[in-house]
Amino acid sequence: MKNNIDITYINKDFESRVRLGIMSALMVKDWVTFVDMKEILQLSDGNLASHAAALENKKYIEVKKAFIGKKPETSYRATPEGRSAFQKHIEALGKLINPS
Amino acid sequence: MSEYQNDLKHIRNIMERSTTFLSLSGLSGVGAGIAALAGVLVTFFILDGNQISYFDGKPNSINPETEIEIAIVALITLVLGLTSGLWFSWQKSQKQNLPFWTASAKELLMAGAMPLLAGGLFSIILWKYDLFFLIAPTMLIFYGLALLSASKYTHKDIFYLGFCEVVLGLIAALIPGYGLVFWGIGFGILHIFYGTLMYYKYK
Repeated sequence: MKNNIDITYINKDFESRVRLGIMSALMVKDWVTFVDMKEILQLSDGNLASHAAALENKKYIEVKKAFIGKKPETSYRATPEGRSAFQKHIEALGKLINPS
Repeated sequence: MSEYQNDLKHIRNIMERSTTFLSLSGLSGVGAGIAALAGVLVTFFILDGNQISYFDGKPNSINPETEIEIAIVALITLVLGLTSGLWFSWQKSQKQNLPFWTASAKELLMAGAMPLLAGGLFSIILWKYDLFFLIAPTMLIFYGLALLSASKYTHKDIFYLGFCEVVLGLIAALIPGYGLVFWGIGFGILHIFYGTLMYYKYK
C-alpha cells in the first residue's frame, strides 16, 4: 500500500537523464547559465535546449535571457513548483530503494 | 530497482559537480610545498652568505641588497608554487575529462582571492615599516583564511588545511625570530602532507 503511494510521486517528467541532471544542478545553485549547464552535464547545445524547454513548459524552471555586450546569455533557475516536484521525486526514489 | 539507484547516484553526482571544484589535485599541494621548501632553503643560503646565522637568535640587520634578493626569491617561489598548483590540477581535469574553468572554479578563485590579496598587500606594508618578524605569520594567517573561505567550493580537506595554517600563523606570531621555519612548515610541509593525503584519497 505504502509503496503505491510513493510511486505516484515518481515523476515522468524527470525520467530522462538530462532533465534529471538539469533539475539536480538547479536544486543546489540559483541561476545557472546555459554554457555552465552544458559543461556540468556535458551535453550538446541542441540536447540541452530541447530538454530545458520541456521543463520550462511544465513551469519547473524559469528562463532568463540577458545580453552581455552583444552576446545573448541564457540562464535557468528552478521554480518553487519545480523544487517541490523534484524533492518529492528524489524522496520517492529513495523509498523505492529502501522501502521501510 | 538498480535503475532508481543509478538515478539517485546521478543526482548526487551532478549536485556535487555543480557546486564543487573537483579537479583540485593533491599533487598541486605537493608541488607547491616543494617550491616553498626550496624557497626557504635558498633564503637560508642567502643569509648564510651574508654571515647571518639565522638561528643564533640575535636581531640582525639586513642590507638593502639582501632584502631585494630575498624578495626576488619569494616572488619566484610564489610563481613556481602557483604554476605547479595550476598545472597538476589542469592535468587531473584533463585525465578525468572534466571541464577545468567551471563556475565552481571561478567561485573558488573569488572566495580565495580577497583574503590572499589583502594578506599580500598587508605583508608589503609590514615590509615598508621594517616589521619583518610579522611577515611570515601574516602570510600564514591570511593564506589560511583564504583556504577556509575557498573550501566551500572544493574538497573539505582544504578546510582543515586552512585551519592548520591559521593556527600555525598565530603560534608563529607568538614566537618571533622563527618566521622562516614556521613559513617552511606551513607552506612546505603542510602542503606536502595534505597534498599526499588528498592524492591517495581522490585518486
